[in-house]
Amino acid sequence: MPGAADAVSEDETQPVRARGLVKRYGEVTAVDHVDLNVRAGDVYGFLGPNGAGKTTTLRMALGLITPSEGSVELFGRDPLRCGARALEGVAGFVEAPRFYPYLGARKNLQLLAALDGGGARERIDEVLEIVELTPRAGHRVGGYSHGMKQRLGIAAALLRRPRLLILDEPGTGLDPGGMRDMRQLIRRLADEGITVLLSSHQLPEVQELCDRVAIVDSGRVVYEGALADLRRQGGAGYRLRTTDDALALRIAAEQPGIEHASPGEHGVGFQAEERAVGALSLSLARAGVGILSLTPELATLEDLFFRLTEGGSSDGAGDDPVAQSSARDAVGVG
Amino acid sequence: MSAAAASPPAIAARGDAATARRRPGTLTIWRWELRKLLSQKRTYLGLSIGMAFPLLFVVAQNLRQHHGHEGGNIFFAQITQSGLATPVLTLLFEGAFFLPLAVVLVAGDIVATEDGNGTLKTILTRSVDRGQVFAAKALAAFTYAAVAVFLSAIVATVAGVASWGFHHVTTFSGSVVPPGEALLLVFAANACYLVPIAAVVSIGVLLSTATRNGAAAVVGTLAITLVLALIPVIPGLEGAKPYLLTTEYNAWQGLLRTPTDWGPILHSLWVCALYAVPCELAAYLVFLRRDVAGG
Repeated sequence: MPGAADAVSEDETQPVRARGLVKRYGEVTAVDHVDLNVRAGDVYGFLGPNGAGKTTTLRMALGLITPSEGSVELFGRDPLRCGARALEGVAGFVEAPRFYPYLGARKNLQLLAALDGGGARERIDEVLEIVELTPRAGHRVGGYSHGMKQRLGIAAALLRRPRLLILDEPGTGLDPGGMRDMRQLIRRLADEGITVLLSSHQLPEVQELCDRVAIVDSGRVVYEGALADLRRQGGAGYRLRTTDDALALRIAAEQPGIEHASPGEHGVGFQAEERAVGALSLSLARAGVGILSLTPELATLEDLFFRLTEGGSSDGAGDDPVAQSSARDAVGVG
Repeated sequence: MSAAAASPPAIAARGDAATARRRPGTLTIWRWELRKLLSQKRTYLGLSIGMAFPLLFVVAQNLRQHHGHEGGNIFFAQITQSGLATPVLTLLFEGAFFLPLAVVLVAGDIVATEDGNGTLKTILTRSVDRGQVFAAKALAAFTYAAVAVFLSAIVATVAGVASWGFHHVTTFSGSVVPPGEALLLVFAANACYLVPIAAVVSIGVLLSTATRNGAAAVVGTLAITLVLALIPVIPGLEGAKPYLLTTEYNAWQGLLRTPTDWGPILHSLWVCALYAVPCELAAYLVFLRRDVAGG
């Protein structure tokens, strides 16, 4: 085994690389050919509704469960082949972090530091301080609130001085102040150069922190790429009010580059590239239709999320143009 | 959290290749397994079972008026003549059920309790391999079993000697052994008894790993030993007796003969290995390949 592990080329630029990950439980496919590309320095959002397969994917990444198909590598090392060596420089937790309830926080961290080796033991005070658990460090973890365990989970991860931090819903169970602190901490860690893979269904958190995202639904990636690109794609919607909406709709429908023109309560809605919008305005002018207003409608991450995970239908991209184009991107990545 | 604190210490590793992790050894994990055991109630429950029986035995014998040749065992006749007969008799009684119960309380729980707490994922995402964690756990279960057996023997010896003195004993073959040698034989007999106990521990560890349920593993292991103990009683199955784990509970008696009868002891070594090795191997493979999906 060690020989095989040594033969694996390490790739520091690719903290997480999943290819065709599948996990089946009997008839149910929890994860369905998931590809992920987390690059060094990313704060990578892993988004999806509950039960979409996020946690199962993260468990496979950490080597806790075996994929039915496909593979995942952390810095070029497959946890199935390299064992604990694949987790060097990697830390985090899936679902709620768990500790020995009959031991205190400090004792739990001492145990984990012993399993980490290196200088982890010397960092215990420091990480307890960071998550503000120092005053309660002697208390049995069994009596901790969910939020305190969540913070202890972060502390346990930081003991390892990770280069890649995998966090599964770190904000769960935290009060608003705790969530703000958690976001600040993640931002600070990212600024220090730690790559973060953050699974979440809290869209504001992802919007604030992440630069790249993967959105999963029913075990499939329906989008993977830059958050900015996703918003640009989703935001390319326009609303047009004219002196003659019926005629404007007809013109828009015939205009090259204008898609999904449809009448609405507040004028004609359509999707298009900017250049096509310019051409449309000229066509309208030539036809004698006066433009009252032409406003771009920027989709929020929430709109896009629902469009991808609900509007996109269960068989993936469905008819939604945004989902279709992003699904193409997802397949084309790497 | 003090994320916004002024100029906080850096958390990220900064090219500190010099401090590259030295991977922890299996013995480190084993030490922590023992510390975990020391923090759990059921550890003390098992040890108490092992220690309570000799105490009860000594109290009962002190209250009794007449001592005779019950059960045809020569050590019964010597109860009041030498305290060193007590650990032999308690091993004889306890060895059939109470000590296996005491050790399986921990062995059956050693993996399953981590499933219950959801902590398996916590320790399997550190810098240790699954094989190391399994080895440390199996080793901790054996360590605990040895502690339980010897603690019981120590309590029996101390209580026996306190009641009836440190005198010579007569062995199964009728030869008289001076007290010092008798004490050594008691120690050796308990060491021999660890062989079948190791097999019981292995069954417990396998069921703990496979069922992921401590109670099921404990009850399952005891049920298996009970069935094995019943087999020779069933007409037509008497021939299986030499190959049953439960028969080996008494192999240590070969030591209490002059000259020492090594036959049953050597026999117990390979018979118990037939139970222990496949169980440990199966448990190891299950542990290595299983999905850690709970917690």
